[in-house]
Amino acid sequence: MYAETQIISTSENNPQLSEGQLVINVGPQHPATHGVLHLVITLEGETIVKIEPHLGYIHRSIEKMSESLSYRQFIYVTSRMDYLSAHINNLGCALCVEKGMQIEVPARAQAIRIIMSELTRIASHELWIGAMAMDLGAMTPFFYTFRERETINDIMEQTCGARLTMNYMVPGGVMYDLHPEFVTRVRAFITQFKDKVTELEDLVTNNIIFRNRTEGIGILSKEDAISFGCTGPVARASGVDGDIRKRFPYTGYEQLDFEQCLHQAGDSFARYIVRIREMYQSIRIIEQLIDQIPEGDFQAKTKAVIKLPKGEFYTRVETARGELGVYIISEGGTTPYRIKYRSPGFSNLSALDHMARGSKIGDLMATMGTLDLVIPDIDR
Amino acid sequence: MNKSEILPPNFHEQMTKEEMTSWILGIEPAATTDDTGEWLVVQVPVAQWKNLATQLRKGPPALDFLYCITAVDWKTHLSMVYHLRSSRTDETLVVKVQLDREKPQIETVCDIWRTAEFHEREAFEMFGIIFLNHPDLRKLILPDDFNGYPMRKDFEDPVNMIKL
Amino acid sequence: MEVNQPVKDLKSTFPGQVIDMPGGGVVAAGFQDLVNWARSNSLWPLTFATSCCGIEMMSTAAAKYDFARFGFEVARATPRQADVIIIAGTIVNKMAPVLKRLYDQMADPKYVIAMGACAISGGPFFYNTYSVVKGADHIIPVDVYIPGCPPRPEALLHALLTLQEKIKSGQTREQIRNSSTQLP
Repeated sequence: MYAETQIISTSENNPQLSEGQLVINVGPQHPATHGVLHLVITLEGETIVKIEPHLGYIHRSIEKMSESLSYRQFIYVTSRMDYLSAHINNLGCALCVEKGMQIEVPARAQAIRIIMSELTRIASHELWIGAMAMDLGAMTPFFYTFRERETINDIMEQTCGARLTMNYMVPGGVMYDLHPEFVTRVRAFITQFKDKVTELEDLVTNNIIFRNRTEGIGILSKEDAISFGCTGPVARASGVDGDIRKRFPYTGYEQLDFEQCLHQAGDSFARYIVRIREMYQSIRIIEQLIDQIPEGDFQAKTKAVIKLPKGEFYTRVETARGELGVYIISEGGTTPYRIKYRSPGFSNLSALDHMARGSKIGDLMATMGTLDLVIPDIDR
Repeated sequence: MNKSEILPPNFHEQMTKEEMTSWILGIEPAATTDDTGEWLVVQVPVAQWKNLATQLRKGPPALDFLYCITAVDWKTHLSMVYHLRSSRTDETLVVKVQLDREKPQIETVCDIWRTAEFHEREAFEMFGIIFLNHPDLRKLILPDDFNGYPMRKDFEDPVNMIKL
Repeated sequence: MEVNQPVKDLKSTFPGQVIDMPGGGVVAAGFQDLVNWARSNSLWPLTFATSCCGIEMMSTAAAKYDFARFGFEVARATPRQADVIIIAGTIVNKMAPVLKRLYDQMADPKYVIAMGACAISGGPFFYNTYSVVKGADHIIPVDVYIPGCPPRPEALLHALLTLQEKIKSGQTREQIRNSSTQLP
């Protein structure tokens, strides 16, 4: 397993290192690596010289497995891929199948899909704030953010049946209709959220220790963000305006009024602020829709066995981490010929080496935390 | 709200599909184009890929965002699919390169788009495609002692898999 | 233990007898029972989460389904100081030596809980995958299995209580091995 690098090597026993350099491991089991990421860091004192990510500790061969699953089955494996935006992942796959089959989704299903996606985005960002603050040493925000997350999970559980991997999107619409109490509970959640998130902001955003640890750390310029293929809040914090919901709108986002949150600084604090502002924009989207969900079908009629025509289809959605692309190559059968998932974390991670060179190892946790990596999304 | 309200004022209009087709055929006469699908698809022979890629990045299309690299096994040959987009004008181009199955080799594009470093390593370990002049071509996701190229269609693993 | 039977009531939790004597009381208990009681009420888990079940474990640690009230308060990051490892997530071939090394680094007595379908038997990734270990008990011996994908936090709490019961009644592998007089 460690054929390429030694577990620990100093300049005495490794001729490639220069005087005074040390190679250490961070992970794969580490309280701050958000999954199983193994970083091999070459240090000179406390300054980082090179970071090499070693991936594959959760590689479950989802792409190969999907070649043997039918078009209705493969959607739910993707909710295990980036489990914090499970609805949005499933939505991307369902949209790709609908594109191939040319199915028209009813308006009620589109509105439900948007509300579920935005609730998932808020839940994901909340958990991210909790985990990031815990990486930097603060225990309290973790409990505060899980309070909001549990409310969202309860709302989802009443309609979808599960808290984390809710298999709710089908090609053609959604699987079940909304629970009668859904609208009341979401309205109560919106009021609760607006109260409590100011509390969280006072605790974290205006905290002098947090600001000193994140301002000016891990700067990523706009050209580098584009060259590395970064998308999502990481790119928006560097000034790249590529929000898929604005540029290539899908499932009804073109009729809604919300802003893209851009920032120009490109450091860790900018990435944090972009996500906080995105949560406010998500609430704005939900408020526009929750009182006017159209009546109608929640699922379009489709055949029981779906067969995509021969060809290639690419759809992209904006998950909480960036652009997820689902690329299906079909040869006309009941199972796909080749599926490729363009995962947002894979490209965001390739920028980590560039961002963290020259900084101290304590700053690495701040930088890596703000990239919001979910490793099963990277390894697929 | 429509797109023109969100885009910045110094945005130049995108090239139409016809303009792009004629520009590409001017640079690379050996390429074939196909604009029946959603995006313009260009097929390029292996030897001319690097030249075309440099021109696509530096020339008028300014396609600076490479967002998806896929390798596909078509049983008789392999192929690489590159999805490119411009961050300013949103125009999209799909480039396909066909590779020989026995000895698949292609020039790397890491010096043009840095995102290709990780994507090409993954294509190398899953399909066995050698990327010439890649700075660091070794396994990324699979264990170091894994034998074979798992995403190829003729990969058999009698312990774990049903033959697909 | 039966699933619908209630967990032991509080009066009979402490495995001993208080004998009143002039000037105070004396507690009399069997030594092994006392040690089991102390061990089961203070199990420290290792923070080991590979994939989705890790989020449910974090939810169980948060304020709504708190597992600190059962003694699992201090989650250690290093296996040398941990008692129980909750395998939350899929184990793949590349991760298996890491898991074995973590288990070996834990000090006795140690316990293992396999959380979720992936850790029990490979879960949704059982068919047509070349890299998933079909069950964590191919690598290390497991005491409690929790089904679900992912299991609810209440299911994890039930499993933790089951583990406590198992320790108190002397049924874990190590206790059986240590108490038998014959060689295994």
